[in-house]
Amino acid sequence: MTNGIKMRSIDLEVFYQDFQALHGINMDIKENRVTALIGPSGCGKSTYLRTLNRLNELIEGTTIKGRVYLDDISIYEKDVDVVELRKRVGMVFQKPSVFPMTVYENVAYGPRIHGIKNKGQLDEIVEKSLRAANLWNEMGNRLNSPAARMSGGQQQRLVIARVLAVDPEVLLMDEPASALDPISTSKLEELIGELKKNYTIVIVTHNMQQAARVSDYTGFFLNGNLIEFNRTNEIFLNPVEKKTEDYITGRFG
Amino acid sequence: MRVNNWKDKLITAVFWLSGLVIVGILAGIIGYVMVKGISSINLDFILEPPSKAGRAGGISTTIVSTLYLTVMSLLIAVPIGVGSSVYLEEYAHNKSKFARLVNLTSETLAGIPSIIYGLFGFVFFVIFLEMGWSILSGSMTLAIMILPTITRTAQEAILTVPHEYRENSLALGASKWQTIRKVILPSALPGIVTGIILSMGRAVGETAALILTAGSSLGMPLSPADPARTMAVHLYVLAMEGISMERAFGTAFLIVILIIIINYLANLSLKKLTHSMR
Repeated sequence: MTNGIKMRSIDLEVFYQDFQALHGINMDIKENRVTALIGPSGCGKSTYLRTLNRLNELIEGTTIKGRVYLDDISIYEKDVDVVELRKRVGMVFQKPSVFPMTVYENVAYGPRIHGIKNKGQLDEIVEKSLRAANLWNEMGNRLNSPAARMSGGQQQRLVIARVLAVDPEVLLMDEPASALDPISTSKLEELIGELKKNYTIVIVTHNMQQAARVSDYTGFFLNGNLIEFNRTNEIFLNPVEKKTEDYITGRFG
Repeated sequence: MRVNNWKDKLITAVFWLSGLVIVGILAGIIGYVMVKGISSINLDFILEPPSKAGRAGGISTTIVSTLYLTVMSLLIAVPIGVGSSVYLEEYAHNKSKFARLVNLTSETLAGIPSIIYGLFGFVFFVIFLEMGWSILSGSMTLAIMILPTITRTAQEAILTVPHEYRENSLALGASKWQTIRKVILPSALPGIVTGIILSMGRAVGETAALILTAGSSLGMPLSPADPARTMAVHLYVLAMEGISMERAFGTAFLIVILIIIINYLANLSLKKLTHSMR
């Protein structure tokens, strides 16, 4: 795929049993940019995010129509290795969920699963990932303490480090700041700004200021439709659609 | 105001009293066993094999038999029990008929009296499979008996593992099996261990089913094909056949001590497991 497009969805539809959650979504996700997905609860933005690394399949009764591309690979083809896909497209969830292991073991979990056994190499990956997630200064000398004892903000950055350790190309974030206090949130937003140099990021957020602060592109979802998709500036300053304008000015949602 | 206060006090007293009754019963039984049993306890009683059908000597072979049978039955039952709980919670679809059948079976098995397991073990392992009265027949029968407890507790333990762990692990590119082995089972381990402890208690205390399947030989069991008499069976024989009440209480005393040791060790390892990573 050219023009710096990393992922693309074409006529994407998602059904949970009989309920249609997404209606024909066409979207291009630009490489090394932050794309924000906004919209009221239940609008389909999280569902869309989860189609990008095939996490919706974990829910029984889900059907997906249309295509999603990662570079040149159509990810819903039968011969696609889901493990390889999820390695390349990492996910950070709403609620930071650290495994009941040490800080080190949490970060090393992914690389270990993908076959890295060499201790030196693992040490290196753990340090690099924690540095990239702005956590090394706080946790570098406490690698062997239980991850569950960290603060919520630290846990969310640890989860990001854990995803980075697998060396993904795309980072999906599902309301990553919704469980965090304002200081942790601003640290996280700062981190997102740094990460986009090396990663393509798609972030679902309820917070429109956050979308405006961190993203380059914004998509507005409503009732399973992508109403408008454009540069973030355009969406917030010059929305084309009336519904978009109503939402971002707080008239509903 | 005054009336309410008075009622409240009465009810508190009733609950306090029922708590006291429980503690009293437990302390009474253990105390009685200890007082009656302690006189026959000495090093020889623990280390010497029985002689003259238990009238003389110690009970060393029955201690070995008890541990032998318990460990063997756990070796059989734990993999099967944990395996089926993993199947039920992680692989089976909720509505699958087979899963419901497995659930129903383990619930029913849990309610069957142990003597019926003994009868089955006697007919099937001892006679039909020609394994005779042996450690093997006994431990297989015990294994079937404790299987439901292990399965149910493991199921509940797996159920309490947060769903997010699964999602996070899978999203990192882990396979289902890697997720189960590296995240789910370690998180569920304390609950699984609790089930194993409960089962050990049952196995150590079992008599009826073992008389029918492991026999009551006082010899030292070496191979799994040897017959064996556990401490609980020994206690039963000593008391029923009027051989020696004093020695029966001595044996009972050691059974209580063994169970206390097992519980203590298990609690210790549980504490280590749960407090280190949460």
